Amino acid sequence: MIELKGLRAGYGGREILHGVDISFQPGRITILCGPNGCGKSTLLRAALGLIPSMGGEVLYDGVELSGLSRREVARRAAYMPQERGAPSITVRRLALHGRFPYLDIPRRYTAADLAAAERALKLADALDIADAPLPELSGGQRQRAFLAMALAQETPALLMDEPTAFLDAGHQLRVMDSAQRLAREGRAVVMVLHDLRLALRCADTLAVLADGALTACGSPEEVYSSGAIDAAFGVALGRVHTDNGWQYYYE
Amino acid sequence: MKSSPTYSIRPKTPLFAALGCLVLLAAALSLALGPVWISPGEVLSALFGGAEGGTGARIVLYARLPRTAGCILAGAALAVSGALTQSVLANPLASPGTIGVNAGGGLAAALCCALAPEAVYLVPAAAFLGSMAAAALVLLLAERTGAAKITLVLAGVAISNILGAAVDAILTFAPDALNAYADFRVGSLDNLSLSRLAAPAVMAALALAAALALTHELDVLGLGAETAAALGLNAARMRLVLLAVASALAASAVSFAGLLGFVGLITPHILRRFTGDEARFLLPACALGGAALLLVCDTASRLLFAPYELPAGVTLAFIGGPFFIYLLLRQRRGRTA
Repeated sequence: MIELKGLRAGYGGREILHGVDISFQPGRITILCGPNGCGKSTLLRAALGLIPSMGGEVLYDGVELSGLSRREVARRAAYMPQERGAPSITVRRLALHGRFPYLDIPRRYTAADLAAAERALKLADALDIADAPLPELSGGQRQRAFLAMALAQETPALLMDEPTAFLDAGHQLRVMDSAQRLAREGRAVVMVLHDLRLALRCADTLAVLADGALTACGSPEEVYSSGAIDAAFGVALGRVHTDNGWQYYYE
Repeated sequence: MKSSPTYSIRPKTPLFAALGCLVLLAAALSLALGPVWISPGEVLSALFGGAEGGTGARIVLYARLPRTAGCILAGAALAVSGALTQSVLANPLASPGTIGVNAGGGLAAALCCALAPEAVYLVPAAAFLGSMAAAALVLLLAERTGAAKITLVLAGVAISNILGAAVDAILTFAPDALNAYADFRVGSLDNLSLSRLAAPAVMAALALAAALALTHELDVLGLGAETAAALGLNAARMRLVLLAVASALAASAVSFAGLLGFVGLITPHILRRFTGDEARFLLPACALGGAALLLVCDTASRLLFAPYELPAGVTLAFIGGPFFIYLLLRQRRGRTA
């Protein structure tokens, strides 16, 4: 479990996150939403120690983040950033580099690493593109490739920054399906999502972030009734009950 | 949903076999061809039997073998160095010169030629130290600001310009140094001996081993600084480490071959088309390809205007440049078609 307690963080001395308390629990999908520039990505980066904390603390299973090396963090939490390079390497190689945090002298990936990469490729639905070089892939295929890499890390937590960006509806739902599968396996899945309707439908815990502070955090039902989403985004959200549970729409 | 096309990885064994053969062939030609043609049989007996075989054997052992070895060493070191720099800086125009290696080596050589005109034998050591010092200065400057890629490039350009101006100043005050310095600047593999190659060879071998041990790091760095950090890699520090390795490779070549920068620019570009960006294929391929390219250019420089001899750096630009442009044009046609 990853716990953030009064976490403050930002860039170049400018504080963006003003004291956030939230915990990412195993077996649950936590979805962060909020308007552009509210600090969602900053929250993920700070939780991973990719940017220095300006106050508060981050605990990995009770251990303070500052007491862990970069490699140790990479064995506890995998991250799918929004901005990524696309060098000309195969997807299988990319997945294998998910084992980088476990690489030891003599700097060679072991049979166990190869097996973990294959499992990850299968789980990310990326076996069909395993031998393709990254630059030849479409946006959706690249998303699957990087998901495979993050899964190969075999970490108890998986943090994803807008994993559905640039994806068509079918692929968006497929990403959410894999997220649910991972949560059922007992991992803590954390995603930043822009699509509120998708977020409300798939989240176990929904957190609304506005101007660097949490304005609501709880089940989608609770968050919906609190009115925090309408306030944060300046929209009016409505819902209807269907056979598949609540469906949300903008009024 | 349409099924994705099946992708097949081109096996790399044929590529390495071809490159290996190319190096062997080029080395054989480099030993056999020159003002005096020496038959392959004579070359072999000289290599394995020593200098008793007569004039031919002596030419092979004392004039051509050091040169062939120098070409292999400098070509491999510069090409791998170029591949490292281009990958680390994510910049196709980068070469060891970008991080100040050439300018530093040039300044040290010019200083050496001006201050101690008789001590030509000091130039290689001075050039090596100068190259490393300039690269270290650039890396330290960039490190202060977080070692961003663009900072590294800009710091390299700034330092190179300053050092270049210093060379011009020295040559203004000590015009006699120009002759010796000009040889260094153009880059040439003349007047080598095996004993002079020993120190650079050890240095280059160590740096090459370090580069080959860091191929995974190089790949991960290519995924972007954030992804690299999330995989547990300190991107800024690894950039500096890899560039230091690249500098050591280039500096060891510059120390005895002068400024042959072009090998480092074009070899990785040519070979990336076959190996992709995977460093465990790219770096060894560059080592072989760079050696072959420099061997061919150096042999040509001996033959083209015999009995006159062009410096290898000039031939390299004349042969390598058009070949590179040809590749660019072909690639362009492939894209638009």
